[in-house]
Amino acid sequence: MSRQANRGTESKKMSSELFTLTYGALVTQLCKDYENDEDVNKQLDKMGFNIGVRLIEDFLARSNVGRCHDFRETADVIAKVAFKMYLGITPSITNWSPAGDEFSLILENNPLVDFVELPDNHSSLIYSNLLCGVLRGALEMAVARQLPLRFPTVPQVQMAVEAKFVQDTLKGDGVTEIRMRFIRRIEDNLPAGEE
Amino acid sequence: MADEALFLLLHNEMVSGVYKSAEQGEVENGRCITKLENMGFRVGQGLIERRNTVLLLVDLFRFTKDTARFKDELDIMKFICKDFWTTVFKKQIDNLRTNHQGIYVLQDNKFRLLTQMSAGKQYLEHASKYLAFTCGLIRGGLSNLGIKSIVTAEVSSMPACKFQVMIQKL
Repeated sequence: MSRQANRGTESKKMSSELFTLTYGALVTQLCKDYENDEDVNKQLDKMGFNIGVRLIEDFLARSNVGRCHDFRETADVIAKVAFKMYLGITPSITNWSPAGDEFSLILENNPLVDFVELPDNHSSLIYSNLLCGVLRGALEMAVARQLPLRFPTVPQVQMAVEAKFVQDTLKGDGVTEIRMRFIRRIEDNLPAGEE
Repeated sequence: MADEALFLLLHNEMVSGVYKSAEQGEVENGRCITKLENMGFRVGQGLIERRNTVLLLVDLFRFTKDTARFKDELDIMKFICKDFWTTVFKKQIDNLRTNHQGIYVLQDNKFRLLTQMSAGKQYLEHASKYLAFTCGLIRGGLSNLGIKSIVTAEVSSMPACKFQVMIQKL
């Protein structure tokens, strides 16, 4: 293998770890700044929310997905397009509630936790909680593609959801599971920013 | 594999987060810069650590010993400017200068973490917040390549900036 090829492999490997390492440094810093795990969890969720409201623009610009007509379509887009695009994984969708307003995302492996071990005194820490915030923020800001001028503007498709980890490989579970719950549609209002 | 957009947004959110919880003033600003720099340092170390592990495995597998991956200090700095910078920022450093006495200046004419902000002189005083993490990143990377250094940055006109690396002889 030539030296060139070696360098190419190096680049790719390093690239996939940049986000994981940066996230790890952030969580470590937050654990130093805040006294208890609950506060860290809240901060990760807030930061995730702020990232989500911006990420959705990037996602819609790149992915060319059409409008989601229901929560099932939304789930598909999240798992098969968004997660793949940003984290390189495709979670599976399971455990739909009878009313169709709740589902689970199952992550066989979570790239955020590569090489991470939770220290003993942080048992309440939800290490990947940023993801829940991102999902919430992105869905609150998800805007339908506008139709050409001669059609009326499509109303914003924004929804308030709850996202939370119910299983976590970091805590010894076999898989990582995020439970998503539809709360309500937000009509034509911008969500309040998270301070 | 995580998209560049995700890293950029995370970095910006980290900068905001660090400053939001701080009070005003010179001392606080210094503390925030240090926090960001330290986070960058850990990440820089980690990136090189992983790289070294991969290369070690490649060597073992191929029964080769490429002990002279880097000829000298300049070779390492070129690695930072090319491979390392490309990995993190998807482009190379545009210009590398040195006085051949342990001081290197790395110039990036379109620094990725600044391109979102205004071009030109606006918001110049905030630029340092967006450079601290990267200074640490360089310092951490060099540290795991066996080089101790001090890294500072300056911006004269966004989005161009210069990183100055001062090698510390032990």
